Amino acid sequence: MKLCELTIKQAHLGLKNQEFSAKELTKAFLDEISLKDKKISSFLTQTKDLALSQAEKVDELISRGKELPILAGIPMALKDNILVKDVKCTAGSEILENYIAIYDATVIKKLKEKGAVILGKTNMDEFAMGSSTENSAFFPTKNPHDLTRVPGGSSGGSAAAVAANLCCYALGSETGGSVRQPASFCGVVGLKTTYGAVSRYGLIAMASSLDQIGPITKTVEDAKIVFDAISGKDPLDSTSIEKQVPTFNLQPSALRIGVPKEYFIEGIDPEIEKLVKEAIKKIEDLGVKIFEVSLPHTKYALSTYYMVMPSEVSANLARFDGIKYGYSITKSKEPRAKNLLDVYLKSREEGFGNEVRRRIMLGTYALSAGYYEAYYLRAQKVRTLIKEDFDKAFEKVDFLLTPVSPVLPFKIGERIEDPLSMYLADILTVSVNLAGLPALAIPCGKVGKLPVGLQIIGKPFYEDSLFQLGQIFEEINE
Amino acid sequence: MISKEEVKHIAKLARLGLTEPEIEKFQRELSSILDYIEKLKEVDIKNVEPTSHTLKIENVFREDVAKKLDIEKVKKLIKAFPERENTFLKVKSIFRR
Repeated sequence: MKLCELTIKQAHLGLKNQEFSAKELTKAFLDEISLKDKKISSFLTQTKDLALSQAEKVDELISRGKELPILAGIPMALKDNILVKDVKCTAGSEILENYIAIYDATVIKKLKEKGAVILGKTNMDEFAMGSSTENSAFFPTKNPHDLTRVPGGSSGGSAAAVAANLCCYALGSETGGSVRQPASFCGVVGLKTTYGAVSRYGLIAMASSLDQIGPITKTVEDAKIVFDAISGKDPLDSTSIEKQVPTFNLQPSALRIGVPKEYFIEGIDPEIEKLVKEAIKKIEDLGVKIFEVSLPHTKYALSTYYMVMPSEVSANLARFDGIKYGYSITKSKEPRAKNLLDVYLKSREEGFGNEVRRRIMLGTYALSAGYYEAYYLRAQKVRTLIKEDFDKAFEKVDFLLTPVSPVLPFKIGERIEDPLSMYLADILTVSVNLAGLPALAIPCGKVGKLPVGLQIIGKPFYEDSLFQLGQIFEEINE
Repeated sequence: MISKEEVKHIAKLARLGLTEPEIEKFQRELSSILDYIEKLKEVDIKNVEPTSHTLKIENVFREDVAKKLDIEKVKKLIKAFPERENTFLKVKSIFRR
């Protein structure tokens, strides 16, 4: 087996048994990136020197016979909206094209302490707004399974890099499916973490009541390893909490799992429906009791999401003003701004791409005088009903099983001109973010060469049992 | 359908410059998204509390103490200013002379 194909667990054992050094492992990935990433375009920035110096430190640790944390020496990549000190962080946007982060995000601080090796920053839809990575200001990323197709988004660079063995694992971020959907499109594992489970300090904010960082990995076991390393309360993010839930060993025969009927909607690709239903059958065959459940407000989830999210976006992105950092027209050679208002208007006009401006406009409209109650407040109330649907379902069942995406990875360019058709790709993932739940995307089969993902949704903070069920499924699905 | 004037008004509130063809483009696109969102009007929301986020926490306090800033960080922050004089952030004047 090639070094780049190893899981975290396998690479850790190899390092520990000194079958290869951390430097050799890192170099194997760096070589693979220079060989393959010209075609896939998953990286925006490579941090070769940082990676090699981190690997050397780990090798020193090994040579001194020190205890080796499981992530020590393991090469990883992260989405370019998570800050790494002294490394460029663009969020896929021209407005931050030359922005250098001055501090580490909490998740990066935690990973660095455990000896992680950072290979670079991955491509994404601008400010995480999109479902295909085509909204990157720099270039689109391609799906490693079919280079004419999108890898999903917005964490498309991270998912493609893991799928193409250009890193051992990656971090992505979710606001409405941006880890699960690209993981599903690229045939890898992606976790949307419970709202509050992982610190967002150092994650460039998109919609603060929804945003979460999550791992993208080759196996469920790896997702657990990364989640355990990055989760927990952080004094620098007041929405992060330490939540203790009982841990237990799942017994399939004692499990009750719901299949929400609203998730097998008209318009879902019949091949996807077939594969997901086969996956559910395999789980049922273990002795798990499967029930049809109803989440009646599902049909309003996308509308609710596309009201709540842009409203928060319009507030969060006000900070990019051409004044403090990032792209500014005051830097042009010819003086172009007559007054302060000009600086704002033109810097933001030129710095932001189409989708970002569209969402800022939509959010500003929804929050403006006279519309707040009709749009934003109404959406927040429907959000309550969506969350209550899940609360009720979880009184009866332990997990929910659904597809991740209603469509297969689509062709590059196919949806980009029609914003609404792009939004519809999120229809099976956004409810989980609105309700703050954890959910795992796991490969469950392929249509031709295109991967299909199964979504397992759990109760808040029950990530551990999600991993257990995920691992059981991986075993029976081999 | 939202009007051109509304689009211009929102753009100004959002501090976004728009070109004339973009105004029409946004008018069309925002209208079609807003039409889709109209769906929410079907839902009975009487006596429903709004959810702003899903955690049952509020008023997270910390001690109100001044923390010493890392001078290297400050230098980097200043270096990122688009326009400056010495260590000051420079902006366009907002008062008439």
